[in-house]
Amino acid sequence: MISINGLYKQFGQLEVLKGIDLNVEKGKVVVVIGPSGSGKTTMLRCLNVLETPTKGVISIESQQLDFSKAVSKKNIASFRRLTGMVFQNYNLFPHKTALENVMEGPVIVKGESKVAARKKAQSLLEKVGLGDKIDYYPAQLSGGQQQRVGIARALAMEPEVMLFDEPTSALDPELVGEVLKVMKDLAGEGMTMIVVTHEMRFARDVADEVIFMDGGVIVERNKPEEIFTNPKEERTRKFLNMIQ
Amino acid sequence: MVKMYLNSIFTDPERTAKLIEIAKNSLQPLLEGAIMNTIPLTIISFIVGIILAVLTALARISSVKIFQIIARVYVSAIRGTPLLVQLFIIFYGLPNIGIIINPFLSAVIGFSLSVGAYASEIIRAAILSIPKGQWEAGYSIGMTYSQALKRIILPQAAKVSIPPLSNSFISLVKDTSLASVVLVTEMFRRAQEITAANYEFLLVYSEAALIYWVICFFLSIIQGFLEKRLDRYVS
Repeated sequence: MISINGLYKQFGQLEVLKGIDLNVEKGKVVVVIGPSGSGKTTMLRCLNVLETPTKGVISIESQQLDFSKAVSKKNIASFRRLTGMVFQNYNLFPHKTALENVMEGPVIVKGESKVAARKKAQSLLEKVGLGDKIDYYPAQLSGGQQQRVGIARALAMEPEVMLFDEPTSALDPELVGEVLKVMKDLAGEGMTMIVVTHEMRFARDVADEVIFMDGGVIVERNKPEEIFTNPKEERTRKFLNMIQ
Repeated sequence: MVKMYLNSIFTDPERTAKLIEIAKNSLQPLLEGAIMNTIPLTIISFIVGIILAVLTALARISSVKIFQIIARVYVSAIRGTPLLVQLFIIFYGLPNIGIIINPFLSAVIGFSLSVGAYASEIIRAAILSIPKGQWEAGYSIGMTYSQALKRIILPQAAKVSIPPLSNSFISLVKDTSLASVVLVTEMFRRAQEITAANYEFLLVYSEAALIYWVICFFLSIIQGFLEKRLDRYVS
């Protein structure tokens, strides 16, 4: 359902992605690991066009963007609605309550009625375990709670695929679990997910497939049990040795 | 001199009574000038100026080169020339090319242009101070540029710019006294008219100054209230 073909991204002289090809089937959870600067975050950001690829084709469901040609803003906006993004730093809207954060997309972008959006937002916040915090402003919430609001906000747009950009990297260690649990539940419901993370336990337990990226290319992709116990590539082995 | 003036006030009961009389009689025309002209002039110019400022700020940060250039030239020209001279050009200068604008409107145009230029820098800085992640969060839920700007960025930028914009507003109240030179009968011009008849410059101008001060004092109270209100979500 998601396919990336020949994806390149260059920042000035620096080539960050050097030809990425990737297919992800519906309902699968793909975890992307790799050293910093390997291009994993950039790849994720290309998927919802927060970065414009230099060239390459990305398609999700029936929509396709070909970046070797000019892509219209309208196409980008409608393409973005297929994906939900969860950021490392949450990026909640600080001037809106948890509930308003989650309602914002459905009301403003989708044009849903406030009543319907409120109901949906409320049940999403309950789902991520924040039913009692709906009227809190982000600054009044812990990092883990903010990130769960971030997940609810992305889910409210009913995306085809959820993208997670190091969702627990900014969290205190004791708060990581609550976020991972929400993500795990989501995976259990059959949500298609692409997760950039350093949480190897999560990768091992939840991922259908693990992708190791280094130097702007996909070095190795395999089932988690394979890649963690029996990596084929030397670079993968080195990386895993370093972090474990 | 000073001693004589004070002596005349405090030792000569007749003189004292006369001054009190003048002060009392002046109060009504001065307040009238404030309510009929100073305050409307300030409010209208500020609103128009802020709209201009937001547009200018957006032009400055836009990726369209020509917008950037227009905004830069406008801000540079207004900031680089005295407000008094600008008012003279609008009211006394433009009639030379057949453009005749009445005093009040001339003043509104002059002050709006001035507010627009100065406040645009405040608003530009405020917009740039909002983290890039806020734009991205807006885009990631499918917002367009203008939706993200209106719903996410400007409300946060507004909060950042309240203190400096309040400063501009309070300055504007006082700057409106310059409108007296283009024949707007705002408070200061009223004061001039009164003194032309009775020569009590110190008394009447001080009285006008006091009224400006009172207006500005109340404005700073409102500023404090606004800041507190917009602060509620960061506690």
